[in-house]
Amino acid sequence: MIREFGTGDIVYLVFAARWTLALTALAFTGGACVGLILAVLRISSLAPLRIMASLYIQIVQGTPLLVWLFLFYFGLSIAGLPVNAWTAAAFAYSIYGGAFLGEIWRGALIAVAPTQWEAGASLGLTYLQQMRYIIMPQAVRIATPPTIGFMVQLIKNTSLAATIGFVELTREGQLTSASTYKPFAVYITVACIYFLICFPLTQWSRRLEDRFNVAR
Amino acid sequence: MSRVELTNVSKNYGPLRVLNDVSLTIETGEVIAIIGRSGSGKSTLLRCLNGLEPIQAGHILIDGVKVNDPDTDLRKLRQNVGIVFQSFNLFPHLSVSDNITLAPRLVLKQSPEQARKIAADVLARVGLADKIDALPQQLSGGQQQRVAIARSLAMNPQLMLFDEVTSALDPELTGEVLRVLEGVAREGMTMILVTHEMGFARHFATRIVFMHEGKVWEQGPVADTLSHPQTAELKSFLDAVLN
Repeated sequence: MIREFGTGDIVYLVFAARWTLALTALAFTGGACVGLILAVLRISSLAPLRIMASLYIQIVQGTPLLVWLFLFYFGLSIAGLPVNAWTAAAFAYSIYGGAFLGEIWRGALIAVAPTQWEAGASLGLTYLQQMRYIIMPQAVRIATPPTIGFMVQLIKNTSLAATIGFVELTREGQLTSASTYKPFAVYITVACIYFLICFPLTQWSRRLEDRFNVAR
Repeated sequence: MSRVELTNVSKNYGPLRVLNDVSLTIETGEVIAIIGRSGSGKSTLLRCLNGLEPIQAGHILIDGVKVNDPDTDLRKLRQNVGIVFQSFNLFPHLSVSDNITLAPRLVLKQSPEQARKIAADVLARVGLADKIDALPQQLSGGQQQRVAIARSLAMNPQLMLFDEVTSALDPELTGEVLRVLEGVAREGMTMILVTHEMGFARHFATRIVFMHEGKVWEQGPVADTLSHPQTAELKSFLDAVLN
């Protein structure tokens, strides 16, 4: 039976958006852990570490996120390791997010002038002290706008988790559309909710970028 | 024991030999001005002294400690060897006070209060006591360089290296930095300066070292060396910079 698309459905969609946000938080946290390690490995003075990290980034950036989701969700359960949608998503998004954040952060680390390392070393600081007190604080400022930009991509890409049975915003839209038969109204609403989440972030990122350019 | 002793030091960048069999001895309290054309190896020589650049042959001793020895703790050595760079290299995200106190707190384990007191002292020595809470970008180039000197002084080094510290400054700002250097020299600091400031070298250096093609081409007491160059290369260099 077909029902009307009403206020109740909109409320449901807004509620479903919390899973989109939860998934984004999970993906970002996982991706940040992987990305931080990759970024540091990528600027390591040891060539094997650099090559390993670079290989990882090349492979992940050259493969679709959807394939990683399928690999962990369907692939592992056939291999005898049944995983739930959360676990599969956690792995896939961490691997994917890590590769992109790793590159963004490596860029930020090498954007800090090499003379800053030298100045720290010349004062007798250890490598870790130089990293922690001199390089990182400057790199964070450089990395913040593109990191927020990536987060916007991440929010939109959580919709792919719908394919492994996650009921987040997009999946909830599909379900609502199927039962109300009002795809146009439903997906416009879905798009608006995504936009309302992403727009403030892009604005924020743009403002930070402007401020950074002025400060330089 | 000499403060600095270089014996047959050679350094290559790939196939390019930038230091070629350099030997030089510097005693405590000396102020050495290293002069020479760009590309003659003067800055490289300075950077080898605190281990920022490795050398391929010879050895460098600072207060008897071998710099080019894998067993030497370079961090410990660098606590005694201050270096000031052409481009200041202040930490732009830190206040003047934090720029100066960072290493004393982390490396010398001074308390924040103690470190800040020393920061106030060294800033007074470079004439910037009122800038202790400023950010580097709020200062002029000359002031930034004076903070960089203060940052180095705060570690209480036994030897200070100055790598063309006035070259990035507008002419009207070099004077204030040179006056700070004079003050440091008067306090008896052992100093090695790579410099283009012949006036400063003439008045405050104890010895001139002229480098050419990666070698110590000529050296000697300032007045003598500058007025009676022994080699054609130094003579033509002096003609070029003095006229």
